[in-house]
Amino acid sequence: MSTSTRGPDPVPPTSGVEHPAGSYLEVADSPEFEALRRTFRRFVFPMSALFLAWYLVYVLLSNYAKDFMSTEVAGNIHLGLIIGLLQFVSTFVITTMYARWADRTFDPAAAELARRVHLTEVHSTEDAR
Amino acid sequence: MSPALLAAEDIGEPAVNIAIFAGFVLVTLVIVLRVSRRKAGASEFYAGGRNFTGPQNGVALAGDYLSAASFLGIAGAIALFGYDGFLYSIGFLVAWLVALLLVAELLRNTGRFTMADVLSFRLAQRPVRAAAGLSTLIVTFFYLLAQMAGAGGLVALLLGVDSKTGQGFVIAIVGVLMIAYVLIGGMRGTTWVQIIKAGLLIIGAAVMVVWVLGKYSFNVSDLLGASVDKAGTGGSKLLDPGAQYGKSSLTKLDFLSLALALVLGTAGLPHVLMRFYTVPSAREARRSVIWAIWLIGIFYLFTLVLGFGAGALVGPKEIAAAPGKANSAAPLLAYELGGTVLLGVIAAVAFATILAVVAGLTITASASFAHDVYNNVLKRGQVTSEGEVRVARVTAVVIGIVAIVGGILANGQNIAFLVALAFAIAASANLPTILFSLFWRRFNTRGALFSIYGGLISCLVLIIFSPVVSGKPANPATGKSTSMITDPSVDFHWFGLDNPGIVTIPLSFLLAIIGTLTSRKSSTPEKAAEMEVRSLTGAGAEQAVAVH
Repeated sequence: MSTSTRGPDPVPPTSGVEHPAGSYLEVADSPEFEALRRTFRRFVFPMSALFLAWYLVYVLLSNYAKDFMSTEVAGNIHLGLIIGLLQFVSTFVITTMYARWADRTFDPAAAELARRVHLTEVHSTEDAR
Repeated sequence: MSPALLAAEDIGEPAVNIAIFAGFVLVTLVIVLRVSRRKAGASEFYAGGRNFTGPQNGVALAGDYLSAASFLGIAGAIALFGYDGFLYSIGFLVAWLVALLLVAELLRNTGRFTMADVLSFRLAQRPVRAAAGLSTLIVTFFYLLAQMAGAGGLVALLLGVDSKTGQGFVIAIVGVLMIAYVLIGGMRGTTWVQIIKAGLLIIGAAVMVVWVLGKYSFNVSDLLGASVDKAGTGGSKLLDPGAQYGKSSLTKLDFLSLALALVLGTAGLPHVLMRFYTVPSAREARRSVIWAIWLIGIFYLFTLVLGFGAGALVGPKEIAAAPGKANSAAPLLAYELGGTVLLGVIAAVAFATILAVVAGLTITASASFAHDVYNNVLKRGQVTSEGEVRVARVTAVVIGIVAIVGGILANGQNIAFLVALAFAIAASANLPTILFSLFWRRFNTRGALFSIYGGLISCLVLIIFSPVVSGKPANPATGKSTSMITDPSVDFHWFGLDNPGIVTIPLSFLLAIIGTLTSRKSSTPEKAAEMEVRSLTGAGAEQAVAVH
């Protein structure tokens, strides 16, 4: 956030917090940030566990359940190929789900909190020409 | 060895290949010249001014990722080993979800130019930067060497250059062009080269896919059947797992190790991570990964058809006997389908691929050296942005020369392991520290150093004492071992697997935890809070350079 997009009004300090309003510490300790972090982790951690487990299942099946993967499904198309293609499908589906979730749920909440951060480090000015 | 004589004079016209490739070089050089800014500060040189859109960067990411190894290598592996070749591409694709969900946006929000920016954000600057910079340089170097050495193999097939001297000359040309792109264009120019190359590659592959499928009335089962028939006895193995890795329980374990390194390595590859800084915001970084996933996924589906198509129309025996071996599957298929012209186009695309990828790697390595090692470790951050870029330019030239020499020396070597090694090091030395520093508040400097150095050292040691370096059984036809050291009497391997990932990845995660828990020092609450808030909300993130 550059200074120009900073929120217009300082957020009133929450009672019991000793950090100056708008500092990173104050925001990090705020219930809103806590909620944002929980929202983020509740989506990405289970989803990551899911796709990694599903990938591992596929690799292990290919390695150790060759007969199962060799089951003929349609002509020369065997089960292994189908499950492999399903890995592509699941990757595309998770990508799309994440994109929608991030756009609708995560971004608005994150933008709201970013506005509260008053400490702005404008590194980029040194390169601006 | 008569099929080996299927050399350049039999396939295509080298003059056509060279002409099409020269056209690509000319067009891209003009574009690089046009987009480049004369006075480049660090944000311009390393991050292209952070002005690329998500879709543009997504195409460039696909360009960076779809290296010669994944285009020629995977198509060839599918042609020769069928299903087992396909397994590779799945690991390469699923890996992008790690980048999308856990790394890309948070990294964009906290870092400036390099991977080490994020790793050292709230830890002790100099030791962590030095470690992360070293690991960046090593990963990039192995990746670079593989691409340069691969160029030598391609030359034999596509340009009809058979002598080692001639191939070395072509490797040197590739190196010089790469230095030119990086020096003139910086990240902005390099990104445009990637975009053009990715477009050509995907369109070229799409044309071939439609062509191949058209020959089988768009019936995939018929295509698979034809590749089985062409392979002759034992051809039905192509449809099921095990043709390459199913020989013994050790090779199966090796495959598991490779699968792990592939899926966890991508999100730790410095040249991929650096691309996230070329966009103006975390949101655009997210869009770029989404674009990359679609493009890469579709491309790997193409390689499935191309691989089996090459198996069916050219035949695995012919491919294995051709000068570039498995790497020649896609070019041979192009020749079979469209004759000299299509071969010329695909050959030029393959060269463009190598050229673009090495340029991306060079800028990553030079940025890491100038920004991390030179400025922040040696000069304690006292160097100006212009001074840093000057060092980065010199570094790019040095890296280019080292890559040319290394590529000439490694020409003809078994190079697949170099890429696998780069992925294993990225997954072991880089990923644990990236994830822990983003998600574990307690994580500290000792944890990072244990993990980075532990991952690096364990990978290098296990590779040196693995069968890829020495001790693979001799090939009865040539009397030479397929290890790096081809003399079968030299054998000092004691680690049985080609890929160390299954040992080193868990080990470095464990080392990160042990290091963290045994040190009472932790990052200051201010720095930890800043990193957490910045990574998630984007507050204080680097802004795009204003367009003039």
